[in-house]
Amino acid sequence: MSHFVLDARYLLCPMPVIRTQNRIAELAPGDTLEVHATDPGALHDIPAWCRVHGHEVVSVTNADKKISITLRVGGAA
Amino acid sequence: MSPQQPLPVNSIARAAPAAGAPRKAVALISGGLDSMLAAKVMLEQGIHVEGINFYTGFCVEGHTHAIRNHEHAKPKRNNALWTAEQLGIKLHIIEVIEEYKDVVINPKHGYGANLNPCLDCKGFMVRKAREWMEKNDFDFIITGEVLGQRPMSQRRDTMPVVARESGAFDRLLRPLCAKLLPETLPEREGWVDRSKLLDFNGRSRKPQMRLAAQYGFTDYAQPAGGCCFLTNEQYSHKLADLWSTRGTKQYELDDIMLLKVGRHLRPRPNFKMIVGRDEGENNFLEGYRKRFVHLHATSHEGPLVLIDGSANEDDLELAARLTARFGKGREAESVTLTVTDMQGNNREFKVVPMPANEIPPEWYL
Repeated sequence: MSHFVLDARYLLCPMPVIRTQNRIAELAPGDTLEVHATDPGALHDIPAWCRVHGHEVVSVTNADKKISITLRVGGAA
Repeated sequence: MSPQQPLPVNSIARAAPAAGAPRKAVALISGGLDSMLAAKVMLEQGIHVEGINFYTGFCVEGHTHAIRNHEHAKPKRNNALWTAEQLGIKLHIIEVIEEYKDVVINPKHGYGANLNPCLDCKGFMVRKAREWMEKNDFDFIITGEVLGQRPMSQRRDTMPVVARESGAFDRLLRPLCAKLLPETLPEREGWVDRSKLLDFNGRSRKPQMRLAAQYGFTDYAQPAGGCCFLTNEQYSHKLADLWSTRGTKQYELDDIMLLKVGRHLRPRPNFKMIVGRDEGENNFLEGYRKRFVHLHATSHEGPLVLIDGSANEDDLELAARLTARFGKGREAESVTLTVTDMQGNNREFKVVPMPANEIPPEWYL
């Protein structure tokens, strides 16, 4: 179980969700990925993408236009 | 090709799935109703469906809604993801920005009413879906196409072109109008029951709405003017302007993103202005400040304006008068503005705002 960080700041949706998807494809079930973004669309898209793929959203923070979303890779990554 | 003639056969050999395992289809999901219904029709037949969605850079989805007034409006959902969630299927979003350029710049089958290369685009997307199908060991591809519906890729004579040029051949199934088309491999092999496929034809949306009601879909997206900026007349006009002033049909992602944002005016052949229309757009344009000469009023509230091209002293004064016109100082006797060059050097201009009736309509792109 490892923790990884993905910088998706300054990218516009849907790029943050695409980068998240591509990064998760390289990770193992149980790994966590912390995604940093600035586009508020990521607050909606990344959790939605996680729901359809069976990954867990561990935490979401959004302070001062800095968004951080931590995900745990599900079994069927 | 008549509906009776069989389609050419896709020669890819696929192993039969393990006993009891369903056949697998990859569905092109746009976020609109038709692709949602097509996927549902397959799910109802026990097919394992996963969605695929392409990001070309011209997509209307998501970010443009976020750019405008994101302080006030709640971020708009991504309709393709929303559709997948309603259907309970996975959705794979594929970025194709670089590869897609060739479709836009050199469409073999030409453009539609605007700079929309719909037939080449559909062939490209089905080809990408075919590659994905082969890589992921899926059996066939489905789309929400309806015979006789717009755009031009959905005509009886163009549908086989898509099947052929994508290399999908008879592994491409259009569940919403399959009964009007030649039998495809999934039908022939009995993976799907042709008698339960549909025969939608023409531009009426009523059959789709009836089927949506039957499946209990009520909150589906109805994108006005489609999901692609290239079908938009004003957007195409701005893209054509970009190509003609640069003397070459090329673009980068930033170019096409900037065409989605702000008011674009070309007062002189050598430069154009990109004028933020609200706070969201001004914030977006802020991100490009270092790469453009830019202006903003200091004596009054107003937009951030980027200058694309090379502007001399007279041009800058004209740009300053126009910038003043789009700010709160439009009725003032004079407005003070700061012009910043790409090295970050600031200069001050004091100008009379240009009256609206002195701006020729042809300056607006």
